[in-house]
This record gives sequence, C-alpha cells and structure tokens, in this order.
Amino acid sequence: MESAEPEPSGSRPEEEEEEEEEEDEEDGALPAPEQPLAGMEDCLAKKMEITVSEAEKRTGRNAMNIQETYTAYLIETRAVESQSEGQCAPVESLWRRYSEFELLRNYLSVTYPHIVVPPLPEKRADFVWHKLSADNMDPDFVERRRIGLENFLLRVASHPVLCQDKIFYVFLMQEGGWKEMVNETGFQLKADSRLKALNATFRVKNPDKRFTELKHYSDELQSVISHLLRVRARVADRLYGVYKVHGNYGRVFSEWSAIEKEMGDGLQSAGHHMDVYAASIDDILEEEEHYADQLKEYLFYAEALRAVCRKHELMQYDLEMAAQDLTSKKQQCEELATGTVRTFSLKGMTSKLFGQETPEQREAKIKVLEEQIQEGEEQLKSKNLEGRDFVKSAWADIERFKEQKNHDLKEALISYAVMQISMCKKGIQVWTNAKECFSKM
Amino acid sequence: MDTESRLPGLALPAGGEGPGADSRLAAGALGTAQGPLLAAAEVLALDDEEDDLEVFSKDTSLTEVNSFSPSVPISPSSMINQYKFEDGPELRDLFITVDDPESHITAIETFITYRVVTKTTRGEFDSSEYEVRRRYQDFIWLKSKLEEAHPTLIIPPLPEKFIIRGMVERFSDEFIETRRKALHKFLNRIADHPTLSFNEDFKIFLTAQAWELSSHKKQGPGLLSRMGQTVRAVASSVRGAVKNRPEMFTEMNNYLETFSQKINLLDKIAHRIYKEERDYFSEMKEYGPIHTLWSASEEDIADALKGLAGCIERCCRATERRMAGLSEHLLPILHEYVLYSEILMGVLKRRDQIQGELDSKVDALGSKKPEKDVLSEEIGKLEDKVERANNALKADWDRWKQNMQWDMRSTFMNVAENNLRYYEECLATWESFLASQTVDLRVDEDSEDRP
Repeated sequence: MESAEPEPSGSRPEEEEEEEEEEDEEDGALPAPEQPLAGMEDCLAKKMEITVSEAEKRTGRNAMNIQETYTAYLIETRAVESQSEGQCAPVESLWRRYSEFELLRNYLSVTYPHIVVPPLPEKRADFVWHKLSADNMDPDFVERRRIGLENFLLRVASHPVLCQDKIFYVFLMQEGGWKEMVNETGFQLKADSRLKALNATFRVKNPDKRFTELKHYSDELQSVISHLLRVRARVADRLYGVYKVHGNYGRVFSEWSAIEKEMGDGLQSAGHHMDVYAASIDDILEEEEHYADQLKEYLFYAEALRAVCRKHELMQYDLEMAAQDLTSKKQQCEELATGTVRTFSLKGMTSKLFGQETPEQREAKIKVLEEQIQEGEEQLKSKNLEGRDFVKSAWADIERFKEQKNHDLKEALISYAVMQISMCKKGIQVWTNAKECFSKM
Repeated sequence: MDTESRLPGLALPAGGEGPGADSRLAAGALGTAQGPLLAAAEVLALDDEEDDLEVFSKDTSLTEVNSFSPSVPISPSSMINQYKFEDGPELRDLFITVDDPESHITAIETFITYRVVTKTTRGEFDSSEYEVRRRYQDFIWLKSKLEEAHPTLIIPPLPEKFIIRGMVERFSDEFIETRRKALHKFLNRIADHPTLSFNEDFKIFLTAQAWELSSHKKQGPGLLSRMGQTVRAVASSVRGAVKNRPEMFTEMNNYLETFSQKINLLDKIAHRIYKEERDYFSEMKEYGPIHTLWSASEEDIADALKGLAGCIERCCRATERRMAGLSEHLLPILHEYVLYSEILMGVLKRRDQIQGELDSKVDALGSKKPEKDVLSEEIGKLEDKVERANNALKADWDRWKQNMQWDMRSTFMNVAENNLRYYEECLATWESFLASQTVDLRVDEDSEDRP
C-alpha cells in the first residue's frame, strides 16, 4: 500500500512499512506489479494461532427484550512462541455470536472498499440435499458453520492489510466493549450509503475495462458455482438413494437365508456386506459437504469481488459527475464575465425578461462561482488521486486474490478426486466381499 | 454348435439390450443341472479355475466398449460349460433359439411372431435342424399342454401377457426384446428337463409348420372340457387333501410361502435400485458439463475443470453400463423366479388335488358297501397315481431347487461383478486425473522456487 497520498475518509490504521516502489502514475498504465508483500511474515496468522473451537447454545434477551436462542462460538487465540523458548503461551478465549462476525465483516468491507474481503459462511443453509437439515440449530450445520467462521478469521488474519486492523484485533482479544468500539468508528453511516450505492444503477461514461471484465467474471463465477452446487446437491441425493436401497438386500437376504440350507450362509453374509455398503454413504456425503463448503466460500468471494468493482464504478461515476459539475460552473462563470450566453439557462432567460443584474450583483456571483471552481478543482484533483490510489491498491489485492483463488480451487478439485477415489475403493472392497459370499451360495 | 444369434433388423432401444448382451444372458441363465447334486457341485467347484467360465463372467470387458455394440462370438467350449452338464457336453442334444421378432398385420389383428430354430441330434427328430415361426399364443398352448400332461412337474414360466410395472407399450422394442428373451429361456428350460423335453407336443411345437400346428391344436380336449377338469379339481382339493398331505409337501408349502414373499421383495428392490441408478445417471449427465462451462471463464484452473468434467462423463458412462447389466441379468431372473413361485404353488395344489381324489374315494369306501370292489380297484389306481405324482414332484422339486441355487448364485455374482467393474472404471478415471493434476502442482512448485 502506497502512503503519502490523500486517504479516503474514514479511519485507516497504520500502514505496514514495505519496500518503496517506483510507479508509473501516467494515465492508463497499469501499476507496476507488486512484489509479494514483504510484510507477509508479519501478518497476524503467523504470530498467533486462532481457532473457533466450540459452539454452544445460549438463550438471552435481545435488543427488543425478547427471549431468543442463539449459538455462541468460542474463539481461542494463542501467541506463537519461537521454538527456542520451548514454553507454550497461554490460550486466550472469548465467545462471539454470528451477528458479531457479521458486524466485523461489514466494518471491514466499508473500511477497506478496495480489498476483496473474505466472506462469512452462509447465514442460512442453502443448496441442501434432502438428508441435510436446513435448520440453523441442526448440529451438523452448526459444526460446518464453526469451521467456516474459523476459516474466515484465518483468512482475515493472513491478509496483509486486514490483519493489521485494530477492530479485528480487539474482536479476537476482548469480549466486552467491542461492539461499542466498532460503532464509535462511525462506519455505520458509510455502510448505509455504500449499500445504497452498490445497488443503485448509474452509467459510467468511461468505464475501466479491467474492472468491467472483472465484474463480468465475478457474475459468471457466482452463476456457475451456484448452478454447480445445486446440481451437486441433487447428485448427492440420488447417490444416497442408490446406496440406501441396497440396504434392503440385507434384511431380505437374512430372512431368506432362514429357509435355505446350502445357500443360507452365503446369503446371510452377503446381506451383511450390503448393509455395510448402504451405511458407507453417510460418511462419503459428509466429506463431500466440506468440498461444497469450499466452493461456497468462493461463491461468496465472488460477491466481495463484485463489490470492489462496483466501488470503483461508483468512484468513477463520482469523478465524472464532479468533473461535469466543474465544467458547467466554469462555463457559467465565463458567461457571466463576458455577458454572453452560450448555453441556455433559466437565469439567463429570467434576466433577459426581468432585466439585467446590476454589475455588483454580477461581481458577487462571479466571485462565488470562482470560489466554488477553486474548491471543485481541488476536489477533482483529490478525487483523481483517490481514484488512482484505489485502482492501484485494489488491483494489487485482486492479483493476490486471483492467486489465492486459483490455488484454493485447484486444491478443492483435487480433494474432490481424492474423495471419489476413496469412495470407489470402499465400493470395490464391499463388492469383492459380497461376490465372495455369493460364490459360496 | 452355435446357438447364439443376432437380431437382424430389430432396432435396439436405448435401454441397451444388445445382441451381445443377450447371448450372454441366454447362455448364462440357461444353466440347469441334470441329475444328482454331486455332479453339479463338481462343476460349481470349478468356477474359479475354469478359464471358460471366467471368460463368460468377464465378457463385457473383453469383447466390447459398450453394451450396444455386437459382441465377438463366444467360443463353443465356453458356451457348453455354461450349461452345467453332469456327465459332459455330449449329453446335450437339443439346442433352441428364439429370435427375429416380426410384426404381422392382418385385417383382424396385429401380432408378433418369433423365429424358433432347433438343432438336434436326437433320433426321434426326422431332421437335425428346424426353423419355424411361432406367436405368443402358441407358447401359451404349449405350456397348457405340458401342464395337462404333467400336472405335478414344474413347467417353466412364460412371460406375462402385459407388463404391469412401468409404462412399456405393448409393441415397444423394449417389450418385445424382454419377451423374446423370456420365451427363449422358456423353451430352453423345457429342453433341459429330463421328462418335459421328450414331450410330444413340445416336439410338434418345435418342428411343425404353421398350418400343421393349427390343425394339431384343434385335436385333443377342448377348452371347455379342460376348464371343467380344473373346476372339479379345485373343488376336490378343498376337501381334506391337506390333512393327509405327507410332511415333505407341507414343508415345501411352507418353504414356498416364505420364498415367494422374499423373491417378490427382491424383485421390487432390484427395480428400485435400477430406478435410483437411472435417476443418479440423469443428474450426473448435467453435472459434468457445468465444469466445462466454468472452465471457459478461467485460465489457471481451466484444465483441472475440464479434466474433472471428463472424469464425471466417464463415470456417467460406467453408470450406464452398470444399469444395463442390472436390466439384462438380475431383473429378468428375479422376475422369472417370481413367476416360478406362483407356478410351484400351483403344482403343489395340483398334487393336493390328485391326493384329494384318492382321499374322497377312500372316504366313499367306508360308506358305500355294495360298490366296494369297484371302488377298491379305483383306489388302487389312484394310489398309484398319487405315488407317481409325489415322486415326480419330489424329483422335480429337487431339480428346481438345484437350478434356483445355481441361478441365484450366478446372477448375484454377476451383480457383484457389475458393481466391481463400475467402481474399477471410476477408480481408474479419478486416479489418472489426480496423477495429471499433481504432476502440474509439482511443476508449478518448481517454477515458483526459481527467483
């Protein structure tokens, strides 16, 4: 992150020191590719072990004094000691609920609009296949959410910029008073306007092609991953059916074996293997859920990516509006000064109809306009710098994100293959055993 | 001798009941033991070492890529082993095939005829080879003649007139093919039967030309008189035949009750499995292409995604093959034994009826003194009849149980092999994908290490 540029409004913590880079500030040129951030060694994840180790059902009164049940998650942290010391640092822990995680993430998204902020695990169970419950209180769902929350914290803690945020640090370390601290940053005001802006429609005259392409990519990614997850859930459902029906063999073979003399043993033992086969699908599909969760993370990441692109669009639009406003004011000023009317204006018409202004009035107006113009020019300058700054830092994070995404997804695909292999091997074992039993019938 | 045949001109449905698969079905499912248990056990013990039997069980992998393409003809020696002889292949002297369904349209009706080809070395047959065409009605006629002639023998089941389960049209290719296979099996089971295969009507069925068969059919007791016999027989069976029934037949009855229940359940289960596999297959077909679609937006991971799509596609095809195996082997056999269990019930009832005739005459003996001599003579004849019937049934029952055991074993082993093949194919697919991806990973790591 380059410093010494006017920062966007809102609190920004201390930047990490890093190698200075020469950069090309000319329009249109891409910023020089950044070296892997030298500060990675200092990021929080390396200094501290973070886990979300437990989940607990709680009841309490909410803001409207209504009794509610919710789940609280235990966050445990421990400083990583250097090996030579040989001692284990004490574990610190505190409890947080999902809504607090949401608050943290909202804060980060608003405060670091140029960063692709890691997503939270889903609020409600989606893309479920029939056996899985869509209930938030379901223990399997809670377990998967616990893992997702831990993953979220680790992602933030290993992000070169986000890990240095004080609010994040306090979230991990101090249970009480954190909410008040977040609210004091005043990010909520920006959050509301940001939300409105992200959903607004407007047209940018000179869109940045890279960001437009990236936005398309994020839309495609969202669409394809949701489609994939939907079909995967259906496939899981069907696979469950195939395996479970085989379980019926077990019961019937057993009953049949009772009336057979020679075939009895073979039937009975084959039936046992069919039961094993039918039961094996539960573990198989549970493992696959983790794969689905990995894909889901990137489904939500795509949203975060899109948000960065939109933010850029917003800034660009804002810039264009400011430039337009400045141009019109300059024109107004010129017209007043020279007395010529180049463009139609209501003022011009009324003055024509009701008589010209006095020279004093005109002078006053010109002066006001000149002040506004000067302000506007300064603002435009700073907006331009802001924009360039944003583009550079956003693009750096986007590159980081792309690498992470490619790495993670490839690993996920490989883990999927590993799961399939394990499933096939189990199947081979069961059917080999069954065949052996059948041969003895 | 080649008893396997193709089906020229018949369009194969997508359900994959190809001629190659059919020949294996015909060969494999026709195994019948002729004679005592011991010989059969010897043959069975050879299962694992006998190369030809191995060939039989691994046919699909050796001879074809998918179940739709025609198979390589199986070696005659391997075919002979499939018939499970007790003394050796020389005893088999009657080979029958049913194929080539043809549609006939007349003013009154539309019906299908099947070609029945018989090859034999038996002296009673004037020729060594016959080719006739028969329709379903003819098979029904044959079955009823056999039942008439041998009331306490187990006559193999015929495919049903209509199929209740599923929505198969009467003359759809799938229906015709299923029926054809069942008819083929029906005739071969008769041919394997030590008594039934020498039945005169059976011979006529195999050899007579269409007009000859028609005129022969018209002879013999008419339908009404046959029905009358049945009604009388049912009536008499109600009276006390059960209380005098030998223990052995009560045991058979009890066995049958449970067997019938279980086989019906298995039939349902097998159909359910087929349905689930089909549903799984249709979802998988949609699953793979999504990855290909995704790969279009990616660069780095495009290859991995395309590779995954390819794997899913191959597993899809393997699933299809697994389904085909189920519908070619397990489903027809289970269905046949569902029908068999009904037939067996009928056979036991008929035996009871015959006994019932005896019992009622014996009872009459007690009350009608003047006709004692006549009655005694009749009773003597009936006692012989009952003894013959009981012996015939006992022998046939043992034989049937033998066959059933063999059929169940080979069918379920086939199911296991089917599944093994499926999992092995999928395993190979995923392992090769994994290998290709981890090679890439190592390559990437190497390049990252460079400054």
